[in-house]
Amino acid sequence: MTLTERLREKISQAFYSHGLLCASYPVPIVLFTGLCILACCYPLLKLPLPGTGPVEFATPVKDYAPPPADPDHRPGEPSERPEWYVGAPVAYIQQIFVKTSVSPWHKNLLAVDVFRSPLARAFQLVEEIRNHVLRDSSGTRSLEEVCLQVTDLLPGLRKLRNLLPEHGCLLLSPGNFWQNDRERFHADPDIIGTIHQHEPKTLQTSATLKDLLFGVPGKYSGVSLYRKRRMVSYTITLVFQRYHAKFLGSLRARLMLLHPSPNCSLRAESLVHVHFKEEIGIAELIPLVTTYIILFAYIYFSTRKIDMVKSKWGLALAAVVTVLSSLLMSVGLCTLFGLTPTLNGGEIFPYLVVVIGFENVLVLTKSVVSTPVDLEVKLRIAQGLSSESWSIMKNMATELGIILIGYFTLVPAIQEFCLFAVVGLVSDFFLQMLFFTTVLSIDIRRMELADLNKRLPPEACLPPAKPVGRPARYERQLAARPSTPHTITLQPSSFRNLRLPKRLRVVYFLARTRLAQRLIMAGTVVWIGILVYTDPAGLRTYLAAQVTEQSPLGEGPLASMPVPSGVLPASHPDPAFSIFPPDAPRLPENQTLPGQQPEPVGPGESIQDGPVPEVTWGPEDEELWRELSFRHWPTLFSYYNVTLAKRYISLLPVIPVTLRLNPREALEGRHPQDGRSAWSPRGPAPPGLREAAGPLGPGGAPVPGDVTLYKVPAWAPSADGSIWSLELQGGLFVVGRSSGRLEVWDAIEGELCCSSEVSSSGITALVFLDKRVVAARLNGSLDFFSLETQALFSPLQFRGTPGRGSSPSSLQSGSDTVACRLTHTVPCAHQKPITALKAAAGRLVTGSQDHTLRVFRLEDSCCLFTLQGHSGAITSVYVDQTMVLASGGQDGAICLWDMLTGSRVSHMFAHRGDVTSLTCTASCVISSGLDDLISIWDRSTGIKLYSIQQDLGCGASLGVISDNLLVTGGQGCVSFWDLNYGDLLQTVYLGKNSEAQPARQILVLDNAAIVCNFGSELSLVYVPSVLEKLD
Amino acid sequence: MAEGETESPGPKKCGPYISSVTSQSVNLVIRGVVLFFIGVFLALVLNLLQIQRNVTLFPPDVIASIFSSAWWVPPCCGTASAVIGLLYPCIDRHLGEPHKFKREWSSVMRCVAVFVGINHASAKVDFDNNIQLSLTLAALSIGLWWTFDRSRSGFGLGVGIAFLATVVTQLLVYNGVYQYTSPDFLYVRSWLPCIYFAGGITMGNIGRQLAMYECKVIAEKSHQE
Repeated sequence: MTLTERLREKISQAFYSHGLLCASYPVPIVLFTGLCILACCYPLLKLPLPGTGPVEFATPVKDYAPPPADPDHRPGEPSERPEWYVGAPVAYIQQIFVKTSVSPWHKNLLAVDVFRSPLARAFQLVEEIRNHVLRDSSGTRSLEEVCLQVTDLLPGLRKLRNLLPEHGCLLLSPGNFWQNDRERFHADPDIIGTIHQHEPKTLQTSATLKDLLFGVPGKYSGVSLYRKRRMVSYTITLVFQRYHAKFLGSLRARLMLLHPSPNCSLRAESLVHVHFKEEIGIAELIPLVTTYIILFAYIYFSTRKIDMVKSKWGLALAAVVTVLSSLLMSVGLCTLFGLTPTLNGGEIFPYLVVVIGFENVLVLTKSVVSTPVDLEVKLRIAQGLSSESWSIMKNMATELGIILIGYFTLVPAIQEFCLFAVVGLVSDFFLQMLFFTTVLSIDIRRMELADLNKRLPPEACLPPAKPVGRPARYERQLAARPSTPHTITLQPSSFRNLRLPKRLRVVYFLARTRLAQRLIMAGTVVWIGILVYTDPAGLRTYLAAQVTEQSPLGEGPLASMPVPSGVLPASHPDPAFSIFPPDAPRLPENQTLPGQQPEPVGPGESIQDGPVPEVTWGPEDEELWRELSFRHWPTLFSYYNVTLAKRYISLLPVIPVTLRLNPREALEGRHPQDGRSAWSPRGPAPPGLREAAGPLGPGGAPVPGDVTLYKVPAWAPSADGSIWSLELQGGLFVVGRSSGRLEVWDAIEGELCCSSEVSSSGITALVFLDKRVVAARLNGSLDFFSLETQALFSPLQFRGTPGRGSSPSSLQSGSDTVACRLTHTVPCAHQKPITALKAAAGRLVTGSQDHTLRVFRLEDSCCLFTLQGHSGAITSVYVDQTMVLASGGQDGAICLWDMLTGSRVSHMFAHRGDVTSLTCTASCVISSGLDDLISIWDRSTGIKLYSIQQDLGCGASLGVISDNLLVTGGQGCVSFWDLNYGDLLQTVYLGKNSEAQPARQILVLDNAAIVCNFGSELSLVYVPSVLEKLD
Repeated sequence: MAEGETESPGPKKCGPYISSVTSQSVNLVIRGVVLFFIGVFLALVLNLLQIQRNVTLFPPDVIASIFSSAWWVPPCCGTASAVIGLLYPCIDRHLGEPHKFKREWSSVMRCVAVFVGINHASAKVDFDNNIQLSLTLAALSIGLWWTFDRSRSGFGLGVGIAFLATVVTQLLVYNGVYQYTSPDFLYVRSWLPCIYFAGGITMGNIGRQLAMYECKVIAEKSHQE
C-alpha cells in the first residue's frame, strides 16, 4: 500500500507544480499548445478530403491487361498504382462519340432539321455496331459475347422499362428514346418532347435519362430549337464485360472506316479507370445522423455541468476544442507514422469522442472551482489539479486498459479504432493538462476581476440623489439611463457591455443587424435565381440564344422567313465544300461517304447562309465524359442493381464518328408536322450530293448467318431424316422431316397414312389447319397442301376418298383413305430459311431468319404484310383467332402485332438470347428462351408477370393444356406447371431411352394427350390424371 | 427517494412541465411514453443499420421495406423498452439500494452512444468468424455495464432480459414469422443476447435517469410542505 501512497503523493505533487506553472505563464503555454496542435495536424493536409467523388487513374491502351486480382505488389517496386486498382473492373465503357451536322445549311430548313435526321442516323449506327463481328483465327466474336449482359431493371423503374435495354447488351444511344425503332422515331412529331419527358423539373445533380442516353452533357448535345450552332453530338455507349482488344480494335477500325473524322486529332492512348467511393444513401445517413445527434446531446449535457465560472460558453468551447483537436492530433500522428486510416472517419468519429469523453475536463473544472475563493489564482489551480490528480490518472489508466483489451480482439477494424483511441486519449491528456488548465486559469482570473467590477459599479455610478428604497434589481436599468445631469462616471454603453452575458450580446448583435433575415433573403434570391437559370424553358436557353445571336459567329434568325419559291437560289452550287479541310481527300475511303465531295470547289462561292458548322475534334472531346455528372455511371449501373461503390470502371478512349448530312437527307427524315412551312423538293441538286445520298445500310455489316441454334443437331443424317416439325389436328398429325418428306400419321393407331416428297429441302415448319397443310422449307419456299379425306374431323374413322388429286405428289398408303395434294407453292417467301410458321383465322404467318415476318392469306397464298421489327432471326410465332400475332426472335425480343393492320402493338425485351418458344392464353403470353427461363407476360400491357427458371437446356418447348396449366419439355421428361402461381405440379419421365434427348417440340391435343418430339422419335403421352386433379 | 438526487445542479432543476405533474401515476405514464418512443426510434435506426449491410442501393426501397415488411418490430421494441425502463427504477426502489453511480444525462448519452456503437460494430465490422464476433460483443456489453451501471440488480436484470428476449426471438423464428439472412446458431445470430443485454442496460439507464425527475419533484414537494 505504501507504494500506492507514495505514487499518489508523487502524482499529486507533480500536478500541483504543473498547475502553478500553467497559471503563471498562461499565454506562452496556450501558444505552445496551439503550435503543437498545428504541428500534429500538419500531416492531415496530405490526407484526401473526405468525399464521395470518384478517383481516376490512367493506363496506356497499348499492352493493357486487367490488373491481377491479388493486391500484392512486388517489393522494391514503387507502386504508383492506386490501391483500388486490382482485379478486373466492373465494366469497360466504350463511348462512340458522334458529331453530326446538316450541311450545307439552308435558310429553308427548319430548326427541327438540325437534329431530326442526325438523330435518325443513330439507329443505323446502332445497327452497325450490333452486327459487328470479329472474324479471326480463333473464330468469330460478336458483340453479344463480349458486352455486358444486363438483366432486369430494378422493379422501381417501371417507367424506364422501354427506354433502357433489358436482357441483353447494355448499349445506350439516343435511339432508346424510341425503343430503337426507326419507325417510331419517324412517326414522332415532337422529338424534344420525347427526349425531355423524363427530365426532372427541379435542381438535380445526378444524371438524368437524357444524359444517360445521349452520353454527353445536355448543353453539348445540340438537341434544342434555340441553338444556333447546328451541330448535334451524342454518344453511343457500349458497355463491355471483358476487355477483348482485338474486338475493340476491329470495332474502332470499322467505325472509323465507315465514318471517318478527317480532322480528328484524338490520340486515344489511355484508358482511364475511375474508382467510385462508397455512396452514402439515406439508409446509411440516418444512423449516422443519429449518432451525431447523440454526440451533440452528450456534449451539451456534459458542458452544461460547467458552472461557477466566468464564461460557461468559453470553457465549454475550450473543452470541445480540447477533445476535437486531440482527435485531429491522433489522426495526424497516426498518419505521420505511416498508418493510413481506412475506416470511415465520419462514422467512427462520434464513438471516438464518446470514448475519450469530457469527464476529466469536468472533474478538473469542478475541483478547481470548489477550492477556496480567497486564495490566489495560481494556488487555486494547483490545488484543484492535485486534488483530482489521482482520479484522473486512474481513469486514464482504466480507459487505456479497456482499449488495450479491445486491441487484442484481432479484428482489424477494431484494432484500428483502438489505436486511434489510444493516441487520442494520450493527446487528450496532454491537451487537458496544458491547454484546458491554462484556459481555466485565465477564466478564473477573469472571474475575480469581474467580481471586483461587479462590486464596484453600483456604488460608483449610483447618484446620491436617488431614492434609497429602490429594489436592487432595478439598479442596472437606472444606471443605464442617465437621468440626472450630474452623473459623470461610467459610459452607459460600456457599462452595458460589461454587464450583459456574452450570449445575449451575440443575440443583440444578430437582432440589431437582422443578420439572419438577410441571410435567408439572400439565400432565397440565389435559390430562385438558380431555379430560373436551370429551368429547361427558362433563362439559360434564352441567354444562350441571345449570346450566340449577338456573337459574330452567330447566324441569322432561324427559319423565320421561308423562301417563297422553295427552290434554292441559283448561286448555291456547292455549299458543302467548306466543312472539309483541304487534306480530307487523301483518305481513300472518303469517296464513298455521304455528303463527301470529291471535287474541290473554290472557297469564294461557298458560303451564303453564314458559316457552316465545322465538325471539329479537339482534345476536349477526348474526355468528354468528364463533363458528365460524376454520378452518371453509378446511376446507370444502379438501374441494373449493380453498385459501383468501392469498385471501378474503365473508360476506353472514345471512337470519334463524324456524320455529315446534306439538306436533302434532312428533308427526307422530316415528320409531316415539322413542316409548318411547306417545302417542295429542291430542283437542281449537285449531282455529287445526289449520288452519295444513299445511306450505308446494314447490309454492309456482316450478319451471323448460321442456322438457328436448336436445329443444328438435326443435321445428322439418318434413314428418313430427323423430324424437324410436326403438327396435328383431330386424329391426324403431320410430320416434316429433314429430308423434305411430309408424312401424315394416324394418331390413334400410330400408322402412316400418306407421305409426300415434293422437294428435298427440309421442312422447317408445318401448319395443319382445316384441310390445309402448309410446309415451310429450308430454302425459304412455302408449299400449300390440301388433305383430301371425308372423315378428317372424326378421329375414329378415316374413310376419305383415295387418290383424287392429280398432283404430282403421289399417295403412298394405298389401303388408307387420306391423300395430300400440293395446291400452291410460294417459291421464295423469304430470302432465308423460314423458322416459324403459324396459321389462324384464315391467315398464315411466317417468320424467317431474315428478321421479318410475313402474313399470307391461306386461300390463295397471297402475301398481305411484311412485318419488320426484330433485329434478329424470328424463332417463334404465335397467332390466334383474335388476329393477334406474337413473335419472338433471336434478339430476345417479343413483338405483339395486330394482324389486321400489320402494325406493332408492343415490344418486350424478354430473354437473354433467343426466344425459343412462344404461346398465349387468353390473358398472358408465355415465352421461353435460351436462358432457360419461361416468362409469363401480361398480354394487354406487355408487363412481365413472373418467370420460371428451368433446368439447363430444358427451356425450349412448352404448351398450354388449359388456361392455367402449362406443360414444358425437359431432358426426356415433361413437366406440368400451374400458370396462375408458377408452381410445378408434376414431372413425367418418358422412358429410359429418351432420357438423353431434350423434348424439342410439344403439341397438346384436345383429349389430354401430348405429343413430344425427341430427336427422331415421337412420344404420345396421355395425362388424364392431371386434368382431373385440376377439375 | 430524495437521496437519489445527485449533486449535479442542472439549470432545469424542475421544469414547469414536470412540477405541474404531481400525480405519480401520470408521471409513470409520461415516463412510459417517453421510453416507448425512445425504443421505437432506436429500433428503427438500428434496424436500418442492420439491413444496411445487405442493401446495395436505392434508399426508397429500403425505406419502404422498413415500414412495410416488419412494421410490428418497432412497436414491440418500444413496448419492451418502456417495460424495462420502468422496471429498473422499480427494482432499485424495492431493493432499497438506489442507483447512485454516474446519475447524469451526459453519462446516459454516453451509454446510448456506446450502445449504438456496439450495434454499429455488429453490423459493419467484418469479423473472421462468428465466435469472435460474439465474444467481442459480449466483452463490449459487459464493459458497457461496468462503465455505466455497476449494480448487481442491473446485471441480473440485463441477463434475464437477454435470455427472455432471445427465447422470444427463437420462438418467432421457429414459427416462421421472420428469419435471419445468415443464421449461425440455432437459426438466429449468436450475438443477439449481447445486443439484448446491452439494450437492457441502456434502457434501464435511461429509465433510471427519467425516474430521477420524479424523485426531484417529490423532494421538492416535501420541501415546500
